[in-house]
Amino acid sequence: MNLSPGISIKGQHRIQGDVLFDVNLDIPGGLWTCLLGRSGVGKSTILRIILGLETGGAFEGIFRATDGASLNGRIGYMAQSDLLLPWLSVLDNVCIGARLRGEPPSEARARDLLRRVGLMEHTDQKPATLSGGMRQRAALARTLFEDRPIVFLDEPFSALDAGTRADMQELAAEVLIDRTVLLVTHDPAEAARLAHQITVMSTRKVQNWPVPQTKALRDINAPETLACQSKLLEYLRGGTA
Amino acid sequence: MRVRDILFAVLIGLGLWQAIVILTDAPHFILPSPWRVAQAAYKSRVTIAENAWVTAIEVMLGLLIGTLLGVATAIQLAMSKIVERLLLPILVFTQAVPVFALAPLLTLWFGYGMGSKIVMAVLIIYFPVTSAFHDGLTRIDGGYRDLSVSMGAGKWNFMRHIQIAQALPSLGSGLRLAAVYAPIGAVIGEWVGASKGLGYLMLLANGRAKIDLMFASLIVLACLTVLLHIAVGLLATRLTRYAQGTTSP
Repeated sequence: MNLSPGISIKGQHRIQGDVLFDVNLDIPGGLWTCLLGRSGVGKSTILRIILGLETGGAFEGIFRATDGASLNGRIGYMAQSDLLLPWLSVLDNVCIGARLRGEPPSEARARDLLRRVGLMEHTDQKPATLSGGMRQRAALARTLFEDRPIVFLDEPFSALDAGTRADMQELAAEVLIDRTVLLVTHDPAEAARLAHQITVMSTRKVQNWPVPQTKALRDINAPETLACQSKLLEYLRGGTA
Repeated sequence: MRVRDILFAVLIGLGLWQAIVILTDAPHFILPSPWRVAQAAYKSRVTIAENAWVTAIEVMLGLLIGTLLGVATAIQLAMSKIVERLLLPILVFTQAVPVFALAPLLTLWFGYGMGSKIVMAVLIIYFPVTSAFHDGLTRIDGGYRDLSVSMGAGKWNFMRHIQIAQALPSLGSGLRLAAVYAPIGAVIGEWVGASKGLGYLMLLANGRAKIDLMFASLIVLACLTVLLHIAVGLLATRLTRYAQGTTSP
């Protein structure tokens, strides 16, 4: 049984009176939803609205979890920048959420998560000594440490090289299985590979896109994945759906 | 290499000084030669050491207390918008009053002992430390704030675990300034009214036309300031490296 709730959001976001976008989106529970769109259409803003972060505008509408409970404290967040604290060890970075809440951190659990993301040998190192891919793996372990049923990923792999990005996609799909994931991405290939639901956003509308019928975490070279990626790219470049 | 450079610069300075003495043929009670100053320094070494010790204590205590007060104020300002709105304009306004002008008043209130000089040093470094650290605390990376909000961080825990550490390089910049200003504060306090200290000794030597002793005191004061600047510079570098994760605390 899947316990991760979905999210529905409906409303309008304005900046200084101007409408940035209208949104009516259902994010299914326990699955990966990939949110695509051109720069500036407000993909990250949707994520920030639900997280309660500063957006520079005003949202008029509602968003709620499908199980009816509050979303407060149930969403984990991972950004494009790894946001590791340079002065802390990798292990302490993973535990930072507990410290920020004034709770005693469970180092054993943090070590276990670092083992899962392949950083067991680097627990005592400072982030400055890690590669970009290793830093994002540490950030993923930190997100997992929060143990939230919903996870928002805001272009977390976009700054990585192609090989490391593919590895990180596989790792994230494996460790975030059964959680409700909203992934904001610019990359049609990433969406075609990972998504259970693809949502494309423009200034005019937010619409769901046909997803390949194969199981998520698809083979990059599978014809369905490549076809989906190609059509998404064409649409994002200004073509028609 | 660096020590050699410093020694070379000192030798050039002494050479120039000696050249001016010879070329101007100035009497020793106007401009004593380096050698004469060295002789006076050796002869009065105990007096100079005793007074230098007093000034050093005043400066160190002033630096310590001023830094603690500045850090505490900066944290308060950064944590509360209301405190920031009320206190910051007052702090800026107080900078319009030259601290030196307060020296006679401080001597009147805190006496001729070390107290008034320490207060003077505290007042003179308080604002640079507060301002630099507050700037660092409020110039926080927005991503850290987002992450903390998503993690349900409390305001104080965010300050304690992220803001303070990230602002340590800014505090280091404030401390570098403070290390230069603190001796000025203490010596001006001693000029206005004191019974000990290098500033007092300089005034005393001046009054008795012992210009060589005055120069000796001045050189010792300069050496103290340079040493303090180097020590604080090392501390500031360490704070920056810690915040960058390139050294342990």
